[in-house]
Amino acid sequence: MSDASKEWPLWEVFVRGKGGLSHRHVGSVHAADAKMAVEHARDTYTRRMEGVSLWVLPSSAITASDPGDAAALFEPAEDKVYRHPTFYKIPDGITHI
Amino acid sequence: MDTLATYALRLGDDSLIAGQRLGEWCGHAPALEVDLSLANVALDQIGQATHFLALAGEIEGQGRDADKLAFHRDVMDFTNCLLVEQPNGDFAQTIARLFLFSHYQELVFAALATSKDAHFAAIAAKAVKEVAYHATLASDWVVRLGDGTEESRARMVAGLDWMWRFVDELFVMDEVDTAALAAGVGIDKAALRGAWDQRIDAVLADANLARPAARRPVLGGRVGRHSEHLGHILSEMQFLQRAYPGATW
Repeated sequence: MSDASKEWPLWEVFVRGKGGLSHRHVGSVHAADAKMAVEHARDTYTRRMEGVSLWVLPSSAITASDPGDAAALFEPAEDKVYRHPTFYKIPDGITHI
Repeated sequence: MDTLATYALRLGDDSLIAGQRLGEWCGHAPALEVDLSLANVALDQIGQATHFLALAGEIEGQGRDADKLAFHRDVMDFTNCLLVEQPNGDFAQTIARLFLFSHYQELVFAALATSKDAHFAAIAAKAVKEVAYHATLASDWVVRLGDGTEESRARMVAGLDWMWRFVDELFVMDEVDTAALAAGVGIDKAALRGAWDQRIDAVLADANLARPAARRPVLGGRVGRHSEHLGHILSEMQFLQRAYPGATW
């Protein structure tokens, strides 16, 4: 498997921990196609009852932001505290918000 | 051993030897993800074995637990079908064995889940979900390999060919099976053959593979007449408990 072109493509795996939560990125698997990717994701990431639902998508389908643009993209938000909804009281018993 | 104890023992031995054999792939599979898949299946099977062997020991009432039955019996006392002890060979041969066996197990456990005996029914109801996944996984690989490259197809054909002579034994009803069925506990394995054939044929058609030519069936596993392969499996599986009886960790 040293020849990279013979490797199965990479898939990103997302697991929904339980009903009501969103799918969370947990890692990646190699697989020949989507069906195999779901099987591999199941066997790799949900062996200890971590999930109730799985998503896989080709890693190549992800477009990432350029780290070089980080300053322009993210720093302008730093001094806009009024955008944080921190002035609301969260009722007791709400654990995921 | 009485009939129902033997009945539980056979179910346990099938799963135990299947799991031990499949576990040999651990660390050797073609890809890391496949390694995990096979190890997961093997662990499911060992889990089934633990339940059925514990039940066999309980019914027998001689104080033997699952470990005692797994690690302190000789080869002629094992009652597994011959299919599960067959060598792994290459990946396709292993998939062939898992494919034929897991579809059989799924039908067996689905039927056994309605057993009059609550113990058998409970174990089967849990196991049927596991083996349904094993059957899907193995079928998927049969199609990939059978309908894949020239080489993968040749290997899949050879693997199925190797395993095919051990199929008929799965559905044989001997006096233990008949008595367990009459008691309302066991199932009619012979009646499952039609459904099994349909499942296997559907996957083979998907894979563009022909059903292997009929062979003279090999029988004897249920009464302890095994191939030479089982002794080697046991020598590895039982080594620790034979060398250090009662060792725990």
